[in-house]
Amino acid sequence: MNKEKIIQVHNLTKQFGSFTAVNSISFDVYKGEIFGFLGANGAGKTTAMKMLIGISKPTSGEALVAGFDVKSNTEMVKRSIGYMSQKFSMYDDLTIKENITFFGGIYGLSRIQIKEKTAQLVEELGLEDAIGKLVGSLPLGWKQKLSFSVALLHEPKIVFLDEPTGGVDPITRRQFWEMIYAEANKGTTIFVTTHYMDEAEYCDRVSIMVEGVIEALDSPKNLKSKYNVVSMNDVFLKLARNVE
Amino acid sequence: MKRFIGFVKKEFYHIFRDKRTMFILFGMPIAQIMLFGFAITNEINNVNIAILDKSKDNETQKIINKISASSYFKINEKITNEDQIESVFMKGKVKAVLVFEKDFIKNLQTLKQAKVQVITDATDPNVANTISNYVNAILQNYTQEINKNNKPSHQIQTQTQLYYNPELKSVFTFVPGVMTIILMLVSAMMTSISITREKELGTMEVLLVSPIKPFQVIIGKVFPYIFLSIINATIILLLGFFVFKMPIEGNLFLLAFESILFITTALSLGILISTVSNSQQTAMMLSLMGLMLPVIILSGFIFPVSSMPLHLQIISNIIPAKWFIIIIKAILLKGATLNMIWKETIILIGMTLFFIGLSVKKYKIRLE
Repeated sequence: MNKEKIIQVHNLTKQFGSFTAVNSISFDVYKGEIFGFLGANGAGKTTAMKMLIGISKPTSGEALVAGFDVKSNTEMVKRSIGYMSQKFSMYDDLTIKENITFFGGIYGLSRIQIKEKTAQLVEELGLEDAIGKLVGSLPLGWKQKLSFSVALLHEPKIVFLDEPTGGVDPITRRQFWEMIYAEANKGTTIFVTTHYMDEAEYCDRVSIMVEGVIEALDSPKNLKSKYNVVSMNDVFLKLARNVE
Repeated sequence: MKRFIGFVKKEFYHIFRDKRTMFILFGMPIAQIMLFGFAITNEINNVNIAILDKSKDNETQKIINKISASSYFKINEKITNEDQIESVFMKGKVKAVLVFEKDFIKNLQTLKQAKVQVITDATDPNVANTISNYVNAILQNYTQEINKNNKPSHQIQTQTQLYYNPELKSVFTFVPGVMTIILMLVSAMMTSISITREKELGTMEVLLVSPIKPFQVIIGKVFPYIFLSIINATIILLLGFFVFKMPIEGNLFLLAFESILFITTALSLGILISTVSNSQQTAMMLSLMGLMLPVIILSGFIFPVSSMPLHLQIISNIIPAKWFIIIIKAILLKGATLNMIWKETIILIGMTLFFIGLSVKKYKIRLE
């Protein structure tokens, strides 16, 4: 694997009043890897990710995303990344084509680029017959895949996935991870948060956040042998219990 | 610019594909103006009255004829004694009873004075008031007639002239009022709902992560509503002008300018509401309770501000709609020019800037 660092985080901290949501975390993410960002609810992973995607300002510390400072060069950070929210957010009352056109448009794609991308995307997902359908009428699994593809429209270097498989059945989840692998193979870096510990096994490396700090960061294999357990679920439970 | 067009286009898809939005946008103004124009009126017509004539002479008969000849009253019943008055009101149809005293004509000729009692059903105070005023007017008119030949030595005659709305048509106050409500509703409520909807759906987050700037998002969302509000204002004015013969005395450009100013005020309020609410429900409740009720009650649309208790009069000053109603009435009915309404205009501009400033501040805090 190419060891070029695409995300560099150094002592990143976020405080809300006297509460420290993210407490001086540091880590690097390499180009083309699938980086799992794990943690229980309230552990601070959403806050940390919001700082990396430029919608929340760090209290202190630095973060470089695709080489740009999230504090001073938010605009360039935003241009370099794709983002898929946990709600697969697209407009239900717009058709697939209109959604693609709209999101392509706000990322500054030209009309020709949008046309090419639409054709390519529709073919890959096998949505030829559904292109004029409202997104609201699609099954959740399709929405999820479409939402991922839309996040990749402008060919970002890094794509952030915020709990991308919530509420989706196991087969669709499996298919979705195949899409993620395919994209990572093209050299796109994947930054994914998840609740599902079995999904953590699919990542190249995972970090586990507990109460605002990163308790562990390594490949799933190394983590399991370090804590002498058989699954990532056990790793997670062990870490969470230690803190209590 | 291309991004902006794409954004506005998407916003129009939302609006045109949602039946409820379309109904509020275009059904409501027409329904409201028709309702207020035709159904709700302060004028009285064909009110049922009863007569208790204890004298039954020529003079009372003349008066009764005069009253029934007017289009305001219809004589529904003639009763014969006072015990019936209560039961007549109880039936609900009759709104007033006229009682002529005994020996009416005799008193009139010998004492130069005769009495008529007007008893009204004041369960509806406005109607009761209007009825007694109308009856008084008819009786006064009659007194003048019989005094024609023998002029009293001293007399003060009032000559009343009603400027700007000589026929006292209530529709002239309802058109500006409805226009104000609709512009408030469309601009403030619809924008606050449409912005919070994006928050609720999570698309706002996606937009904020994209390179498009927050203020571009807001302008893109607000722009279609400016456009639709202008169309709405035009529809209301055209309906008022053609259906209700509402005069438009003032300059059309001034009218357009002031309307757009008020639309902007309302939009900035809508944006402010959307910064403090996270769900469509909250936004709707805030708009309805926080904007619609004050607009209807305190703006002077239905209840005149000058007859409110002092503390409410003071509060009414912070209602933007109050100032717009003053402005628009002045333009429509009096043909006012800018130097007659500059004060109100400046107040509206000030309020708009204040709301925008506050939303920007709130917005920044959220982002921190």
